[in-house]
Amino acid sequence: MTIARIVALIGVLALASSPARAQISDGVVKIGVLNDQSSLYADLAGQGSVVAARMAVEDYGAAAKGLKVEIVFADHQNKADVGSQLARQWYDAEKVDLILDVPNSGVALAVNQITRDKGKAFIVSSAASSDLTGKACSPNTIHWTYDTWALANGTGNAVVKTGGDTWFFMTADYAFGHALERDVEAVVLKNGGKVLGKVRHPLNTQDFSSFLLQAQASKAKIIGLANAGGDTTNAIKQGAEFGIVKGGQKFAGLLVFLTDVHALGLEKAQGLTFTETFYWDLNEKTRAFAKRFAERNRGIHPTMIHAGVYAGTLHYLKAVEALKSDEGAKVIAKMKELPTDDPLFGKGTIRVDGRKIHPAYLVEVKKPAESKYPWDYYKIQATIPAEQAFRPLDQGGCELVKK
Amino acid sequence: MTATANEYVGAAAPAETGVPIPQVVAFGVMTTILVAAPFLVYPVFLMKALCFALFACAFNLLIGYVGLLSFGHAAFLGAAGYGAAHSAKAWGFPPELAILFGTAVAAALGVVIGALAIRSKGIYFANITLAFAQMVYFFSVQAGFTGGEDGIQSVPRGTLLGVLNLNETLTLYFVVLAIFLAGFLLIYRAIHSPFGQVLKAIRENEPRAVSLGYRAERYKLLAFVLSATFAGLAGATKALVFQLASLTDVHWTMSGEVVLMTLLGGLGTVFGPVVGAFIVMALENYLSQLGAWVTVVQGVIFVVCVLTFRRGVIGELGNLLRKSL
Repeated sequence: MTIARIVALIGVLALASSPARAQISDGVVKIGVLNDQSSLYADLAGQGSVVAARMAVEDYGAAAKGLKVEIVFADHQNKADVGSQLARQWYDAEKVDLILDVPNSGVALAVNQITRDKGKAFIVSSAASSDLTGKACSPNTIHWTYDTWALANGTGNAVVKTGGDTWFFMTADYAFGHALERDVEAVVLKNGGKVLGKVRHPLNTQDFSSFLLQAQASKAKIIGLANAGGDTTNAIKQGAEFGIVKGGQKFAGLLVFLTDVHALGLEKAQGLTFTETFYWDLNEKTRAFAKRFAERNRGIHPTMIHAGVYAGTLHYLKAVEALKSDEGAKVIAKMKELPTDDPLFGKGTIRVDGRKIHPAYLVEVKKPAESKYPWDYYKIQATIPAEQAFRPLDQGGCELVKK
Repeated sequence: MTATANEYVGAAAPAETGVPIPQVVAFGVMTTILVAAPFLVYPVFLMKALCFALFACAFNLLIGYVGLLSFGHAAFLGAAGYGAAHSAKAWGFPPELAILFGTAVAAALGVVIGALAIRSKGIYFANITLAFAQMVYFFSVQAGFTGGEDGIQSVPRGTLLGVLNLNETLTLYFVVLAIFLAGFLLIYRAIHSPFGQVLKAIRENEPRAVSLGYRAERYKLLAFVLSATFAGLAGATKALVFQLASLTDVHWTMSGEVVLMTLLGGLGTVFGPVVGAFIVMALENYLSQLGAWVTVVQGVIFVVCVLTFRRGVIGELGNLLRKSL
C-alpha cells in the first residue's frame, strides 16, 4: 500500500462518509455497497465491487442527467449481525436507497428481510443461495449474477454433454455441501451420466489425501467438488500434487471465481471446470470494461460478481430515471418491467421472482502454456443459453409467482 | 473487585458490607448515559453493545473472580441464540418465553460442560472449554434446524407479555436495557455476596479455601453455570434484537472477542467489561467504513492497550482514582 493510495483512500472516505450526510435530501440516490473487504471474499467482491458501482454511476452519466448519486461502502466482516445492523443503520439513519452485493448467504438473507421491512431496494451479486429467489424471494430484491442452482445445473449439464459422464463427488459434510451434491447428481443422472462414488469430508479440511486417493481409484472422469472456499482450493492444490489432472481426471468446481484461479496459479488450477456467468475476455465490450476496471482495482480483473454489481447499478439507475423516484419496491418493479441491456451481460430480463436471466458459460482453466497474456485463464467450453441457465420460475417456491 | 493481589491489598479496606460509594456513582452515571443514549446514537447499535456488555460481564464473572479463563463462551451465547430464535420462530413462543428458553439451554449446556471442565485449570481449562465450544459449533453447522450457514432468519420479535410491541425500536431498546441492568446487578450481587468472597478465596489460594472446609469444586461449578446462564441471556436477547441466529455467535472467534472486550475494559472490574464491550462494538461498527483496515486498526488498538494500560480502561481509571470500580 503506497502513501498515495492511503491518501486516496482517506480522501474517498472523507467524500463518502461524513460531510455528505449533511447534504442528504430526497434528490440524492444513495447506494451502499455492503460486502467483505478484509477476509475471504475481499478479492472476488470487496473494494472491486465499490469500483464497479462507481464506474456504473459514471458510465451512466448520472451527473450530466441531473441525477445525484452517492456511494458508501462498509465491511460486514462476514458476520450476519454486523451486516444486519449496518443495513438497518444505512436505511434508518443514513437514507441509503439501495444495497448492493452482499456476499455470504447468511448475511444476504438477513439484508433481504430488512430491505423488505424498510421498503428499500437490494441487488444481490455475490451471495449464492437460490433461496433468495425461492422461499425467501421479495418484491424488493433482485438476484443478479448467479445462484447455486445455476452453478450446479450448468456444471452438471454441460460437463456431461462435453464427455464427462462419470463422476466422483468430494462433498463438504454439511447442509450446503449436501445440497450442492444432490443438485449436481440429479443433473448428471438426468443427462445419462453415472456417479461412481462419493466421499464426505469435514468442513475446513486440511488434508485431502485419503479423499483424493479414493477419487483417483474410482477412475471417474470428473471429480466434483461440492464444497467452497478454502476446501475447494485445498482440494485442487493437493490434487495437483497427486497428479490428478495429469492422470486424465478433471476437477469440476462449483463455487470458483476468477480471483481464486489467479490465487491458485494455472499450474495448479489447470483443467478445472466450472460455471461462470461472465468472463472478462468474452468480447470487445467486456475487454474494454476489464481494462478500465483493472486500472482502478490494483490490476485485479473483474469477476462475475463485479460485473453483476456494475450491470445491476446501471439498470437500477435507468429504472430510477424512468420512474423519477427512488422508492424501493417501485424501482425494483420498474427494473423487472424494463428489459436489461448492458455491455457485460448483453440483453436480458428480470423475472417476477427477482431472478436476472442471462446466459452462463462452462469454462475450463487453461494450461500454463496456453495462457498468452496476464489473466488469460479460461477456455469457454460451452454456452448455456439464458432460458436454460436458471431454475424454471415455477420450481423455486417463490410466493410472488403464484399471484 | 480488583484484578491482582497487590492491588487488592493496596485498595482502601474493601467494603464487604454495603456498596462502596464510587460504584454507586459509577452505576448512576452508566444508567443515565444508557437511558439518554438512544436519542443520540443509533439504537440498534446500542442494543447490540448492551448484549455484548452483558456477555462480557458474564465472562468476567468467571475469569475475574474465579480465575478461570474460558475459551468457549461463544457456545453459550450461540446456543441460547439458536434456542431463542428457534422457539420464537418454529414454536411461536412469545419473546419472554423465547428468551427464558434460550437462557435455559445455555444453563443446561453450562452444567454439562462445566461439570467436566472445572476439573482442570489454566491452559487445560481453556482448551477443554474450547473443545466443547467447537463441538457446539459443528453441531450448529450440521443440525437441520439451525439452517447451517444461512442461520435462522426473520425471527419474530413479538409482543412482550402481550403489551409491549417489540417491533418499536425504542420499546425494544428499553426492554434490552432492563435485561442488561438486571443481569448486571445480579452478577454484581453474586460477586459481592459471601458466595463471591469464597470464589475470590478460591482464586487466590484454592488449597487454603479447601482446607477451610469449602468444597471448591461446587463453588466453581456454580460460578461456571452462572456465567453460562448470563452469557445465554445475552445471546437470547441478541437473537431477538437482530431477528437472527447465525454461526458467527458460536464461532471460536466470538470466544476470543469476549476476552478482548474484558481485557480492554479491565479484567476483574465491575464496569470494565461494559466499557470494553462498547469500545469493541464501536470499533467494529464505525470502522466498517474503512474496509480492509478494520482488523488492522483493531489489532493496533489492542497492542497499544496491552503495552500502555494493562489493567484495561476501567482498571487504570480505578487505579488512578485509587477506587475500585
